[in-house]
Formats: sequence, structure tokens, C-alpha cells
Amino acid sequence: MRGMSVRKELPIQARRTSVPGDGSWAAAMKEQSPALAVEGVTKCYNGVVAVKGLTFTVQPGELMVLVGPSGCGKTTVLRLIAGLEHPDEGRVILAGQCVSEGKSVVPPEHRRVSLMFQDYALFPHLTVAENVAFGLKRWPRARREERVREMLEMVSLSHLATRYPHELSGGEQQRVALARALAPNPRLLLLDEPFSNLDITLRVQMREEIRDLLKALHITALFVTHDQEEALFMGDRLAVLHRGRLEQIGPPEEIYHRPATRFVATFFGPTSFIRATVTPNGLHTELGFLPQRMSASVGSEVDVLIRPDDVELVPDEKGTARVVKRRFLGMHHLYDVLLPSGRTLSGMSRHVHAYPVGMRVRVVLRPGHELRWFPVDGK
Amino acid sequence: MTARRSWIRYHEVRLRGFLPDGWTFGALVVAVLVMLPLMVVVVQALLSPAPEVWQHLWRTRLPDMLANTVVLLVGVGSGALLLGTGLAWLVTAYRFPGQRVFSWALVLPLAIPAYVLAYVFMVIFDTAGPVQYLLRLWLEGNVSLPPIRSRGGAILVMVLALYPYVYLLARAAFHEHATGTFHVARVLGASRTEAFFRVVLPMARPSLVAGLSLVLMEVLTEVGAVRFLNVPTLSDGIFRLWYDMVNREAAIRLAGLLLLFTFGGLVLERGLRGPRSYMQHTAVGYGIPQVPLSGMRKWAATLLCVLVLGAAFVLPVIQLLWWTGQTLGQQEIGLLLPIYWRYVRNTWFLATLAAVSAVGLAILLAYGVRLSRTSLTPLLARSVALGYAVPGAVLGLGVLLTLSWVDHRLNVVSRAVMGVSLGLLLTGSFVGLTYAYVVRFMAVAYGGVEASLEKVSAAMEDAARSLGSTRGRVLLDVHLPLIRAGTVTAALMVFVDVVKELPVTLMLRPFGYETLALWVWQEVSESLWENASFPALVIVITGLIPVIITNRLAHIGKISRNNADRRG
Repeated sequence: MRGMSVRKELPIQARRTSVPGDGSWAAAMKEQSPALAVEGVTKCYNGVVAVKGLTFTVQPGELMVLVGPSGCGKTTVLRLIAGLEHPDEGRVILAGQCVSEGKSVVPPEHRRVSLMFQDYALFPHLTVAENVAFGLKRWPRARREERVREMLEMVSLSHLATRYPHELSGGEQQRVALARALAPNPRLLLLDEPFSNLDITLRVQMREEIRDLLKALHITALFVTHDQEEALFMGDRLAVLHRGRLEQIGPPEEIYHRPATRFVATFFGPTSFIRATVTPNGLHTELGFLPQRMSASVGSEVDVLIRPDDVELVPDEKGTARVVKRRFLGMHHLYDVLLPSGRTLSGMSRHVHAYPVGMRVRVVLRPGHELRWFPVDGK
Repeated sequence: MTARRSWIRYHEVRLRGFLPDGWTFGALVVAVLVMLPLMVVVVQALLSPAPEVWQHLWRTRLPDMLANTVVLLVGVGSGALLLGTGLAWLVTAYRFPGQRVFSWALVLPLAIPAYVLAYVFMVIFDTAGPVQYLLRLWLEGNVSLPPIRSRGGAILVMVLALYPYVYLLARAAFHEHATGTFHVARVLGASRTEAFFRVVLPMARPSLVAGLSLVLMEVLTEVGAVRFLNVPTLSDGIFRLWYDMVNREAAIRLAGLLLLFTFGGLVLERGLRGPRSYMQHTAVGYGIPQVPLSGMRKWAATLLCVLVLGAAFVLPVIQLLWWTGQTLGQQEIGLLLPIYWRYVRNTWFLATLAAVSAVGLAILLAYGVRLSRTSLTPLLARSVALGYAVPGAVLGLGVLLTLSWVDHRLNVVSRAVMGVSLGLLLTGSFVGLTYAYVVRFMAVAYGGVEASLEKVSAAMEDAARSLGSTRGRVLLDVHLPLIRAGTVTAALMVFVDVVKELPVTLMLRPFGYETLALWVWQEVSESLWENASFPALVIVITGLIPVIITNRLAHIGKISRNNADRRG
């Protein structure tokens, strides 16, 4: 709480190392503290809960992705951190400095948190260079000009400095927005679905470009998206939000392979669940036996999570499963297969094979890793 | 020292959450200031019954004034609605000689205030005037037209002066909202006429009602035309009681009665608009296909437009030019010009002062509402528009009562503190008059400012905040540059409205201060027609500004729509 001072006049470099409040205690605290800590934050709009008891931290230099379906509250979280909304409960702590707690709130202009928006929100009446310089008003003139040059070079737009936003392409506007956000040396960069206005080719390209840049500059960033693929690609860690609550937080591989809840499992791509009985050495399923160490009690029933890449479909006249639906996705085909138990399972084949609807197949379970399972009536 | 400062900072930050913030507070103050004069009238008029005043009013002129008001409301309302809608459909759906020109020219009468038109008509159509003279000459008989100084004459004049309100909104509605559905109706087997009555007209209803309510507001507020044409209405009554007879109590009662009319009208408008919103957001296609008229009908359409435009605009302007020329011919220009210039300068000064104040406060209000999180502020902002709906005489009275109350308090204080009385500090000052104009035209300023502010995306604001700008700086660096065009237009609209304004100016002008509108009033009251022509002409020319702006906006809208269509 002591670090609650707000200073405007100091140049950025000086601010970075200066110690707010008094003494070395605060400095010591700051050394250890995460770049961002959200503690038990709750926000309601007219009685509707947007975010409930959210807690997570972001380490310096980390790229955290907040992912979830539309309306899960991820944008609200960004706005709370930026100071554009105030939490009903909980605290937001930036680099050891509490910026939101109850009614005491540091206004957004004093937080040194930059935002990047879906529609870029470039100022249409200012040139590219003036846009980038917008957050540098208090800098001495020479430093400011130097910084604008540096930022434009970074995003390779130096030749467009005197253009106006409407004269630029979507990708160029995106880069200007990034340069503008990074120019004042923010403690944290917040990105709100920044790529969703771009067409797919450009989107993939921009993702890589921006990720490389943020990593190279060691920028702490919080990235919001509803696109699972984008989340898995961008994030050092992912925080999965559902109905305003945190479902799981962790590295992308862990989220994908060891989802904590059925929601997380289904959110990241096509999934099927099949019923299994626990035996001392593994799981007994209708697709065969799966050796796997189990913590559940022997004899009990569980649902096993199976992704399309965990199974292989083999054409077989005597197979017990039948193809009921086929979708061509370019690199591969994705099938719905009807099992004897009446459940359907998603499976795939390489693009060179196409199994017609109605074809009999044999389902071979060959995951190569332990499969995630859930108690039958658990989440 | 640093520790102490950070402590203060901390508590300052802490307080921010509890107190209503500065912007919301500013918006509230503006809203209350604008509402105050109306409150004063409501409280004074409705809360103290004063039966003896009512009885006196009833025995004298009240029945006549009431009847005139109702007859004018009904007559002018239905006339303007019919003429405005009819002409709008004519120029939208049919092709005839001159149709393109008439489409924009029919808006021109908006530039002529009803009181100027009334005074010109009064002279032209008088028994001794040129029209009757020519009629007698041609027909070689003792024909006489019905007198222009009558209810019928007043209805004619005000319909011609006010129909453009309906025409403008109807034309826009036909263009923007009805196209797609018109085609659907035709495909489903309706004839053009059927499609008009069953689809186009019902869909344009909100716009037509909005236009009609503007017309009725103007009828209620009119003081000049009804006085010149000798059809005293309630507004005229308030004005006479206050100004000529100095009967304050009776004036307040009448103002209360007129307020009831206004509020009744507003409620009626809500009802007539209907609960549904007919707004269609996508303009499909290129407008209603125009059918060429043939033979007699084609010329009948042209003749109708010529007649309306001639009577409502061309004829009066020619007459004014003629008179001005005569005056200039008779007297020495060197002597007249300084006098003319003084009036023009006075008017421009007042109008500029009012326009800048109104728009400035409107920006404060609109930005405060935008930032505010309470549900009360938008409501207050909407009620600010009431100043425009309330008749000028009522509002003038409210402002006078408010100002004299404040003056009175100030005098009490100054006598107690300094032993001197200040006299009337605000009443009859520029501050007082400007305040009245701001109250009256806040709706115009606020509407313009708010509309352009709405187009600035919230993300832009958030981006600027997170880049270190306070809310004040965001307003200066982001919003103001972006809404400049809309703000200038709004200021211009207020400017023109002030130049044309009569009742409020009459009641609140600083002693001896003359404006163009007051000049017209003075000379016409003394039957010096020629002398009134120059100020009237300047008012008309000023009034052309918003007409041109409106037409240009409509034109630009059409172009960008067409481009959008082509792209889509």
C-alpha cells in the first residue's frame, strides 16, 4: 500500500529505477514482485457478473494469453487492469504497486499500461509520427523525436511517418498501433484481440511478427483472444476464462494435454469422451485396453478424453464403427464415427485418404501419452 | 517531503472514487442552469393558483387568445403536414420539369422567419396593396380578397413559412428509410400509390411527427406574425401583459397555461411516434425509382411548386429588395450605412456570444454525460432540450424571474457588506440575454455536438488515457479536433437562430440595445414598411446559411451512401 504514489513528471528512465514511497523496503519488494498481480477481482454490471474472483499473476517479460469464448469477461479484465473500469472487489497490483483496491484507484493515465485495440483506435487527425508521439508529451523534444524514429524503425514504417492512418493498409495500421503503445515504455502491454480485423494470411504473419518483437524487447504483455489456435501459438502461458471465472492457467502444452475441466478440454478443438472402467493396470474401454496409472478407485467408471489425433481409423469391412460425417479441412479430413455404444467419436485421416459416409472402420486407440479422464458426473 | 507528497497523492486518489467526479459535476451544473428558468415558471405559475387573476384573465382576453392558439395549432399543423409531405413525395417519386431544382429550392422558405413573411404579406395582400390593385385592374370590378389580417391569413402565412420543417424530414425519410421496403411492396403487388400509403408513409411517421412538432413549437412561440396579423395568441398575451401592461402575476399564469400546452404536445408526440422504432440502418439501392409525369399532370406539378416557392420565398424577397432599393434611393447612403452597420454589428456580437457560450457548455455537458456512469446524467441532458420546445415568451419570463431573484439576493448581500445597492446587475444585461439564448438554443448546440461526439469511438478515448492523457487532455487533443466540423455547424445554427429570434430578445435586451430583429419589430409596429426591409433582408440572407448547410449535408450523405452501395 505504501507504493501508492503517482508521479507524472519524471522521465521514464528515471521512473523505472526510482523507488516510490520511502526506503529500501519498497525496492526490495519490487525486486521480487510479479509484473502484474490480479487478486480476487470481481466486477458486475447491473447485477450481472462479468468477472468473479479472478486471481493470477504475470511475470516480467512473460506473454500471458487470456482466452475464452465471447462474453466470458476477458475484455473486462483488460479494462480493469488498464484502469478504465474499477473492480467491485479485489486488487490489481502492478509491479508491486497496488493500483486498484476498493474505491482507491489510480487513474489510467498514471498506470503506464498501454492498450492495443481490435480497431487500432489510431487518431485519424494525427500523422503516423504524431500518433506514436502521443504518449510522449512530457518527454523533452529531442528525446521524443529520437524515440518516435526508433519506434517507427522497429516496426519498419519509417517511410510512412508523415502519412495519415486512413492512407495505410490494415497491417500497417496495426504496426503503428503497436509502436504507439510501446513508445512510452509501458510496464505492461494489453492487447485486445488485435488481429481479428485482419484477413487470415496477414493475421498469421502479424502474430509471428509481434510475438517475436515482444519477446526480443522483453515486454510483459497480456493478450486477449477468443481464438484457441492463436492463444496456443502466442502464449507463454494461457489463462482460460469461462463465464467470468478462471478455469485453468498454465503453459499451452499443459492446457492442451492436461485440461483441468471438461470446458477447457472441449474449448481447444474437437474432443470426444468415451466411457471407461478403471482396472488395476489401466482403463478398460470399448476401443480396447489402455495401460495407464490411475488414481481413481478400481471398478469405478470414468470419461476418457480423446482427441482426433489420439485415434487412427482403419478401413475394415468387419469394423464395428461407421463413418457418419466427413469434413474436408485441407491438411486432413475430420470424421464423426459412430461407435457400437451409440457414442460418436472424432477422428481424422490424411488428406490423401477420404472415407465416404457409411464406410465401416476399425478404431485404433494409439495416443502415445497418458489420456486425461474425468469422473463421470464431475466437471 | 516525498513521503508526505505521496501520502497526499494517495488520499487524493482515494477520494476520487467517492466524490462525483469533476466532469459529471460540470455536466450537472450546466443542466441545472439550463433547466432553472423553466422550473421557476412551473413553480410560480402552477403552485400558486391565484383565482382572482384567472377570473380577470377569463373576463378579458383569455377566451379569444385560447381560441386563436388552438385554431392556429390545428390549422398550421395540418396545413404544413399536408404541404410538406405532399411536396416531399412529389419531388422524390416523380419526374417533372424543374423537379431537381425544386427538390432543394423548396427548403429556401426556411430562411424567412414567419414574422418577416407576415409583414410582407400584410402589405402585398392589403386592400391597398399591389395584388388587390392588379386584380381590380384586370377584372375591372370591385373584387376583394378575404382579409390577410385574420386567422385564415395567419394560417396561410405560417404554413408557407413553416412547411419546410416537415418537407425536409419527410424527404430525408423517403430517401433513406423507405427504399428497400418500397421495392418489396411493389414486388408483392402494391401499386405506387398503395405502396406510398401502406408502406412509405407509415415508415416515415416518426420523421413526419418530428417535423410536425417543430412546426407546432414555432406556432406556440410566434409573437411577431400573430401580432402583425392581429391574431393574438397566448404567447402574444404573455408578452403584452409583461411588456405593455406590466402585469406580472397575469403573465406568469398565462405562461403556466402555455407550458401545459407544450408538455401536452410533447406527450402527444411520444404517443404519435409509436412505440416501435422504424429506423432502418441500411440504405438499400439507389432511392425510389422516379416516374416521369406526363401531359397536364407534369405541368400541374411544376405549377404547384412554382406557386409555393413564389409565395413563400421569391415574392417576399423581391418585395424586400425593392423596398431596400427605394430607401437607399431616397436617402443619402453615407448617412444610412453607419446606422445599418451598427445594427448588424450588434446582432452579430450577440449571436456570436450566444453561439460560443451554447456550444462551449454543450461540449462540457456532452463530454460529462459520456464520461458519467450514473443513469441520471443522460436524462438531465435530454431534458435540456426543453428550452427549445417551450415558447420564447415563457422562457423569457422564466429567465427574467430567475435573474431578478438573483439580483435581489445580490443586493441584499451588497447592502449588508458594503452598504450600497448594486441595482439590476444581471437583468437587462448581456449576461442575462446570453443566458436566455443559451437556455433557448441549448438543444440545437447539444444535438450537433453530441451527434459528432458519438462518432468518436470509445477505444480512441481509452487508448489516449492509457498513453498518459488525463480526461481533460483527451478532450483537447482527441475529441475537439475530431468533432470540429460538427461543432462549427452547431455554432452556426445557434448563430442564425439568435439572429432570427424575436420574443426573448424583446423581453431581455439591454436597455437601448438594437438588433436587426428588434428593428423590424419597431418599424413594422409603426407601419414604416420600407424601413423594415433592410434588416429583414439581412435576416433572410443569414437564414440562408443553415439552408445551404442542410442541403449540402443531404448531398454529401447521398454521395457517400451511393459510394457505399457501389462498394458493397
